[in-house]
Amino acid sequence: MSETPLLELRGVDKSFGPVQVLRDVAFSVYPGQVTALVGDNGAGKSTLVKCISGIHGTDAGEFLFEGRPVTVNGPRDAAGLGIDVVYQDLALCDNLDIVQNMFLGRERRSGLVLDEPAMEELAARTLAGLSIRTISSLRQHVSSLSGGQRQTVAIAKAVLWNSRLVILDEPMAALGLAQTAQVLELVRRLADNGLAVVLISHNMNDVFAVSDRIAMLYLGQMVAQVRAADVTHAQVVELITSGRSGSLGTATTNDNGYRSTGTRGAEK
Amino acid sequence: MITQAHAAYPETLTAVPRATLGAHVRSYLARLRGGEMGALPALLGLLVLCAFFSILRPNFLTAGNFANLFTQGAAVVLIAMGLVFVLLVGEIDLSAGFASGVCAAVLANLLTLQGYPWYVATLAALATGAAIGLVLGFLVTKVGIPSFVVTLAAFLAFQGVMLMLIKGGTNVSVQAAPIVAIENRNLPPLVGWLLAAVAVGGYAVTQLLRYRNRRARDLATDPMSMVLIRIGSLAVVVGVGVYALNMERSLNSLISSNRGMPVVVPLGAVLLVALSFLLSRTAYGRHVYAVGGNREAAHRAGISVDRIRISVFVVCSSMAAVGGIVAASRFSSVDARTGGSDVLLYAVGAAVIGGTSLFGGKGRVVDAVLGGAVVAVIDNGMGLMDASSGVKYLFTGLVLLLAAGVDALSRRRALATGNR
Repeated sequence: MSETPLLELRGVDKSFGPVQVLRDVAFSVYPGQVTALVGDNGAGKSTLVKCISGIHGTDAGEFLFEGRPVTVNGPRDAAGLGIDVVYQDLALCDNLDIVQNMFLGRERRSGLVLDEPAMEELAARTLAGLSIRTISSLRQHVSSLSGGQRQTVAIAKAVLWNSRLVILDEPMAALGLAQTAQVLELVRRLADNGLAVVLISHNMNDVFAVSDRIAMLYLGQMVAQVRAADVTHAQVVELITSGRSGSLGTATTNDNGYRSTGTRGAEK
Repeated sequence: MITQAHAAYPETLTAVPRATLGAHVRSYLARLRGGEMGALPALLGLLVLCAFFSILRPNFLTAGNFANLFTQGAAVVLIAMGLVFVLLVGEIDLSAGFASGVCAAVLANLLTLQGYPWYVATLAALATGAAIGLVLGFLVTKVGIPSFVVTLAAFLAFQGVMLMLIKGGTNVSVQAAPIVAIENRNLPPLVGWLLAAVAVGGYAVTQLLRYRNRRARDLATDPMSMVLIRIGSLAVVVGVGVYALNMERSLNSLISSNRGMPVVVPLGAVLLVALSFLLSRTAYGRHVYAVGGNREAAHRAGISVDRIRISVFVVCSSMAAVGGIVAASRFSSVDARTGGSDVLLYAVGAAVIGGTSLFGGKGRVVDAVLGGAVVAVIDNGMGLMDASSGVKYLFTGLVLLLAAGVDALSRRRALATGNR
C-alpha cells in the first residue's frame, strides 16, 4: 500500500450558478486499489468525476497527481495524465467491431493505411491479459455483444491505452447477476495490475465485494473516506443518507472536510 | 502501449480456430437472418429486373443497350457515391442534384460563354463543388440547422444560381473534346482488357497478401477457398462486362465502328476504388463510421465530429461536381434540367437500394454502384417498354420505397435479435 495517492484532490469547490454542488471536497485515490465513490442521487458523484476528467473546471481546490500539483483544463489534460472514464451509457459505436472500438480515435497506421493486424493483435493481447474469455471473435460488431461483454470491452479499452486511473461510472447498472460478477472480477483485476480504480455504484454488495476504500459524498461534501474493512454496510448506508454515523461523518467536521473525517488517519 | 497486465497472463485469445468454407457460409446466413442484408437485395433485384426486361424486350440484352446502361447511369452513380458519405454520418443532402447542375453550369459558362480552356473550367467546377459542400457542412454543423432544411433551401437556391449561370436557362453547348469524350468516346478494346487485368490482378494481390499477412500473425482469416471465390467472381463479372462492352455496337461497322469501354467506366472505377479505400482503410473513414454509429462515443474518443461532418458534405458536393461534368459530357450541353428533376431522387435511391442505411453508420461506396445499376436498369428498361414518364416515376418511386422499407425492417430485425 503506497503512501502517496496517485490522485489527490483538496478543497474542491464547484458551483453551477447559485447551486453549490461540491463543497470543499477532498478525495484520494491510490494505485493498486479500488476506491468506491458512493452517495445518494444528487450528492455530486457525477460532478466530481467530471471535474477529475476535465469536463468541468473547478472553482477552487488543489489537484495533485503523484504528489505533484497539476492543472486539468480539459479532457485532453486528464487523458494525458492517464485518467480514463468509462461511462455508464457506454461510449461504444454499435456499428464498429471490437478492435475498431478499442482503437477508436487512436488508430494504428502504417503510412496512410490502418494497420489492422497490429491493432487486432494488441486488442487480443489486452483481453487475454485481463483473462477475458467470453468474447469469441474480435471482429464481431459491438452491437452483437451482451451488456457485460460491452462493459468488458469498454474497460479493456482503458487498459489498452495504459490508463493509470480508471473511473467506472455505474458499470454494473443494467447488468444481470452473472455479468455483474464478471465485471466485478475485472475491476478487481485492474487494481491488482497496479491501476488506480474509482468505482461509482449504488449497490452496497458490489461496493463491498471489490473495494479497498470507500469515499462517501453527502450533499456535495466528502463526509468520509475510509478503508472498506473498517466500516459496516449499515454505517455506509447511514453516511450516505444522513451524512453521519457515530464518530464518522459531518458530526466531527469542523468545516474542513478531509482532515476531520479521519480519512488520512484511517489510511495505512 | 502494452500494460504490465499482458506479461502476467497467458495469451488465451490468440489461438484462433481456422474457419472453413462451410462455417463461413453458415455465419453469413446467420448474419442475413439477423438483419444484416448488405448488398443482397440490390443484387437479387438487379437479376430479377434484368430477367424481366430481357423477356419482355429482347433488345434489352444487346451490346448497345448494355453500354447505354453505363453512360445513362454514370452521373447518378457518381453523385450517389458522394451521397453515401453524407448518409453514413446520418445526414442527408437533398441539394446534390442541383449542386451537380450548378457545377455543370460553371463548366459550361467558363468553357463556352467565356472561352476558358477545358482544364480550367473542370477545376473550377470541382472547386465549386467543394465550396458548396463546405458551406452546407458549415451551416449544418456550426450553425446547427438540420441538414434536411439546409439542403432543401440549397435545392431551391441552386436552381436559381444555375439559371443565372446559363443566361436564363438557355441550352449552352459544351464542345471541349476531353469533356465530351467522357461519355461519348470508347477506349480501344485492348486497353479495356488491360485495365480489367490490372483491376482483377490488383484485387487478387491485395487479397492474397492480406490473407498471408494475417495468417502469419496467427489472426483469424476468411478461408482460402472464400478468398479465391471472391477473386474468381470479380474476374468473371469484370471479364463478361469488358467482353460485352468490346462487342461491336454500330449497326454498320464499315461506316463507323462503335466498340470498347466508354471512358466514363474506368473513371468511375478509379473513383470507386479510391473512395472505398478512403472509407475502409484509413482513419478518416473509420471516423466517418464512428460519427454515424454513435456521435457521442466518437466525440469522447477524441474525434473532431464537426470536422468529419463538414468533410462528408465536401466529398458529396465534390462528387456531385464530377457527376455534373459527366452529365454535361453526355448531352454535350448544359441546360436548366441538368442535375434537376429525377437526378437527386435517383441518386438517393441508388445509395439506399444498394444497402446504405438512411439511419447512418452503415453503407459502402460500392452500394451506390449496385443500387445505381438497379436504377439505371429500371430507367432503361422502362424506356424500352415505351412506358410513359408517369409510369416510370411511379415505378422508380415504388422501388425506392421498397429499398427504404427493407432498410427500416432489417434495422428493426437487427434490434430485435440484439444485433443492432
